[in-house]
Amino acid sequence: MKLVIIDYGAGNIKSIQFAFKRLGVEAVLSSDPDDIKNADKVIFPGVGEASSAMKMLKESSLDRIIPKLKQPVLGICLGMQLLCNHSEENATEGLGVFNVAVKRFSNQVKVPQMGWNTITNLKSDLFKSINDNAFMYSVHSYYAENCTEAIAVTNYEFDYASALQKDNFYGVQFHPEKSSLAGEQLLKNFLQL
Amino acid sequence: MLTKRIIPCLDIKNGRTVKGVNFVNLIDAGDPVELAKQYAEKGADELVFLDISATLEGRNTTLEMVLKVAEQVNIPFTVGGGISSIEDVDRLLKAGADKVSVNSSAIKRPELVNELSNKFGNQCITVAIDAKQIDGNWLVHLAGGSIPTKLNLFSWAKEVETRGAGEILFTSMNNDGTKAGFANKALARLSEELNIPIIASGGAGTIQHFIDTFKLGKSDAALAASVFHFGEIPIKQLKETLKENDIAVRL
Repeated sequence: MKLVIIDYGAGNIKSIQFAFKRLGVEAVLSSDPDDIKNADKVIFPGVGEASSAMKMLKESSLDRIIPKLKQPVLGICLGMQLLCNHSEENATEGLGVFNVAVKRFSNQVKVPQMGWNTITNLKSDLFKSINDNAFMYSVHSYYAENCTEAIAVTNYEFDYASALQKDNFYGVQFHPEKSSLAGEQLLKNFLQL
Repeated sequence: MLTKRIIPCLDIKNGRTVKGVNFVNLIDAGDPVELAKQYAEKGADELVFLDISATLEGRNTTLEMVLKVAEQVNIPFTVGGGISSIEDVDRLLKAGADKVSVNSSAIKRPELVNELSNKFGNQCITVAIDAKQIDGNWLVHLAGGSIPTKLNLFSWAKEVETRGAGEILFTSMNNDGTKAGFANKALARLSEELNIPIIASGGAGTIQHFIDTFKLGKSDAALAASVFHFGEIPIKQLKETLKENDIAVRL
């Protein structure tokens, strides 16, 4: 199993690497297109701000490589958001894998949403052995709208897509690497896809 | 529904926990990694490590500790204490910390909050505020609460929110160490005036105090040290009681 975490300068990669290590899998950090293309599984992480992350992807031409990948790809947090069409965060064009827009929560709720919330309407093998209403840890100010590609829904202000899937592409808004046993199960499931 | 967070806080010096910790089945009560793992298993939602090392060498040892915690613990954690530059934060986040907490350095140079949130995103920047109510006025204090400033708690909190803080960790010095409950009036006002999460700190003594800070204090999270370290309040029992009181928690 060759697992590659795309390294494009967006932080918090250590936690993901450690989470896989706890599952007995060494994840390789790489920004090399050939490494990424030849991996069995790819993790697309992301923390921070959308437009600067997109800029870093473009500088390394990864914006052209990622949407063409054929193996299972898991976008986490901002990684998931960048796989969407467009983000309201500094009017950023995304990679367009998921046909959905990313918007900001209103000031009716505290922003960022920070903490543990439930996931429901689970619709994919990514959630095998994970109960409806399992808790996952999230920190985010922007969300993907609920849509046909949603494979999990979470309620904060309203229902939004907390996980997405299209073909070999998966995305989760929450941080499985920080979500205790349920998160570990999700990463295990991803490895088995 | 987003749940209320329960956050044990550990004081770290030279990579070891200090102040008393009295856990059963713990081989080494000073080992932060072991403690962090136990707290994660017992249902803590998040952890805060406060580095009180005075020397650079001590801080480097703390950095090694952060790496080990990140390696072995599957819940988020924040590191605070003596952080005053982009480089400090970069090192901590690269070692695997999820968030950092700044306090005195932000008071001395408020632009630091802008710089950190621009560079790393506001989701990982917590601003800790120690304040004391003197003659009805909540005054912010520096250096672990030892030096009073002229800053008002509410205007300072609003300012750091505007500058890009992702959440506020408010410790009431009037309540800290008293075990008589959190400063719920001030907490509720912070929650009403700000639009970022507020962590209540200082005063936890009983389970009822946690119920009160979530209901009356409108807090998003509650932090405590000794009641957890000495097993006075088991986290599972705390969360079960909160749930019975219609407070959303992760069980």
